[in-house]
Amino acid sequence: MLIENLGGAFSEVFSLGNLMLMFLGVSAGLIAGSIPGFTITMAVVLTLPFTFGLSAVEGLATMIGVFVGGLSGGLMSGMLTGIPGTPSSVATTFDGFPMARGGRPGLALGIGIWSSFFGGILSACLLVALAPQLARIGLEFGPWDYFALVLFALTITASLSGENLVKGVIAGLLGLLVATIGEDEVNGVARFDFGVDALRQGFAFLPVLVGLFAFSQLLSDVRDVAAARRPLMEKSAQAVRVEHLKAMRQIFRHWAQLVRSALIGTFTGILPAAGGSISNILAYDQAKKASRTPEAFGSGTPEGIIAPESSNNATAGGALITMMALGIPGDVVTAVMLGALLIHNVQPSPTFISDNPQLAYAIFVAFFLAHFIMIAMQAVCLRAFLLVVRVPMYTLASVILLYCAIGVFALNNVTFDIWTLFVFGVLGYVLKTLGFPLAPMILGVVLGHVAELNLSRALAISDDISLFVTRPWALFFLVISLFSAAFPWYQARRHEARWTLFYFPAFCVAIVLPLFLMEGVVRPILAGALLLIAAFTLWRHQQAGWQLPPRGSGAEVSQLRET
Amino acid sequence: MQTRINRDSVSAVFLLLFCGVFIAASFEIETTNYGTLQSSVWPQIILGVLSLFSLLLLTQALRRPPAAGEGGGLVAWLRRYRNPLICYALFLAFLVSLPVLGMLLGGILFVLVMLTILGGGKLAQLPLHLVIAVVSVGAMWSIFTFALGVFLPGGIILNLQ
Repeated sequence: MLIENLGGAFSEVFSLGNLMLMFLGVSAGLIAGSIPGFTITMAVVLTLPFTFGLSAVEGLATMIGVFVGGLSGGLMSGMLTGIPGTPSSVATTFDGFPMARGGRPGLALGIGIWSSFFGGILSACLLVALAPQLARIGLEFGPWDYFALVLFALTITASLSGENLVKGVIAGLLGLLVATIGEDEVNGVARFDFGVDALRQGFAFLPVLVGLFAFSQLLSDVRDVAAARRPLMEKSAQAVRVEHLKAMRQIFRHWAQLVRSALIGTFTGILPAAGGSISNILAYDQAKKASRTPEAFGSGTPEGIIAPESSNNATAGGALITMMALGIPGDVVTAVMLGALLIHNVQPSPTFISDNPQLAYAIFVAFFLAHFIMIAMQAVCLRAFLLVVRVPMYTLASVILLYCAIGVFALNNVTFDIWTLFVFGVLGYVLKTLGFPLAPMILGVVLGHVAELNLSRALAISDDISLFVTRPWALFFLVISLFSAAFPWYQARRHEARWTLFYFPAFCVAIVLPLFLMEGVVRPILAGALLLIAAFTLWRHQQAGWQLPPRGSGAEVSQLRET
Repeated sequence: MQTRINRDSVSAVFLLLFCGVFIAASFEIETTNYGTLQSSVWPQIILGVLSLFSLLLLTQALRRPPAAGEGGGLVAWLRRYRNPLICYALFLAFLVSLPVLGMLLGGILFVLVMLTILGGGKLAQLPLHLVIAVVSVGAMWSIFTFALGVFLPGGIILNLQ
């Protein structure tokens, strides 16, 4: 069965048409990722209209290509000009740019490219190994548990994606509300149509997404009148020859750094909402702490490039694990992919891998392949990048805005979708300007139906609402939702308030109860281990006289993020 | 007395009004005699929590004075958001004229006018902008029409299908 599915996946992914699409996707991702102001999410969103006419495998393989290309593309501008192309490559600039400026641009690029490659390949291996296991756990979920999981995804997204938790939660709730407009899936009753016929069908997912992300992002990019007329990058950069062999030697010398950073990236990706923008800084911070020469960081050390680049590509694998195993997007890009699956009538859920094995294996294979294509296309795209950055932003924005209109029209051939794009373009821009994060809203739109459907199923099975807190998995997700909601306060006050010393031990103790309630042997053992960890942490704090951590450890990460 | 009205407090009041309208509309949702969860329940739960958080935002906002850079009057606001406002106005005009001009002609006009206005309105750049508009929109229109088989709005003038 496995061989059969893998064989089918290989034949689809390695078909000539699909290979061409993936080459195009990776190239587009590399170029889009290298342009400051163009996010990976925007590149993937803009790819979506081209995938309607394609098969599910071709569409997803193209999007994976854009995703992987975008994650690696950010390093080009970061190293050659000091301006990171995407938030995922911010930390790469800290050492990549000094190394390039110090006369070794070829080596800097080589280390970045190959670290991205190995980080991605390691996370691809973890994707293949972990996704089916996690999906097996997902099969234990009842509607109560799944509802609680959606709540957790929304809460953690709200708490991680903005400075103000209240605004994040409001954005998530607005997304959930948008998903309720139109005919409801459970009873078939129209809601909030206000007498407008077109609203009876509700909003299509794609125009909402393109409006919220691409439309509003483009308008942010052209807001400054003078900046919009200048070329995308005024700092000049020159094409350089990538030093592959020397770069590989450096990477193998620091292989432990690479593996640790890839693991950080993968596990950050598994968390809903935590993407490459967080993992690259976390990995850089950890690499600096673990290094024998931390003072060399910031002056062009290879370790400072290996850590962020391997972790940001590994994040993609982690995000795909959550999407494929649980049907919950690991970040905004996988939320778009989830939308693409829905367009092809594939419902992501814990049964996704067992119901659609060929598609699932095709995603695995495409993710591996995209990294090889990325290596092959870097040199070509480096030259294209040097040409594209000479274009002023207003030219690109004008053309892409119209492309958005054509793209969303192509979904259902109705003009109402372009109106939807316009309305959500305005809404996205206004929300962003007012400081509301858009990621929770997108997740709300994507997961709204899932939450309502599972709530309805749960109440149809039993009217006992205490099941939402007595079932182990539901309780587990509710507990971690509460702790993730409190995380912004913990993070803000961890150097000032003594109660923050109890945050982590309290978290360990709180999840012990649901773990003890679960069946089997492993989970109760895990619960026991967590109890020991909590006790050990408290003992260490007590030994240290309940002293708060000095500023500089965690605060460094926050400062790096702000940079 | 220092005014406590800031951007967040205005947003919160607007959100509360928005919740009020939607809560009222939720009572208009048809009640069915089947199904365990009525169609109005889930939106009402969301609206209840949304109202609560909007109140929280209002409380938070009223506790702090306006941030530096907020305010400045209508003229300053219009100047700050000149380009986005132009883009929205042009996109709206493009949408309204779509049934008449169609995607090809309307699209070329939209891109050309956007390029000209955002680019500074210099006549010398007009030929370049015209070339960009015709080539880019023509290429997109051809790809979607011929390669992807999408019937884009033809419009009354050209009536292209």
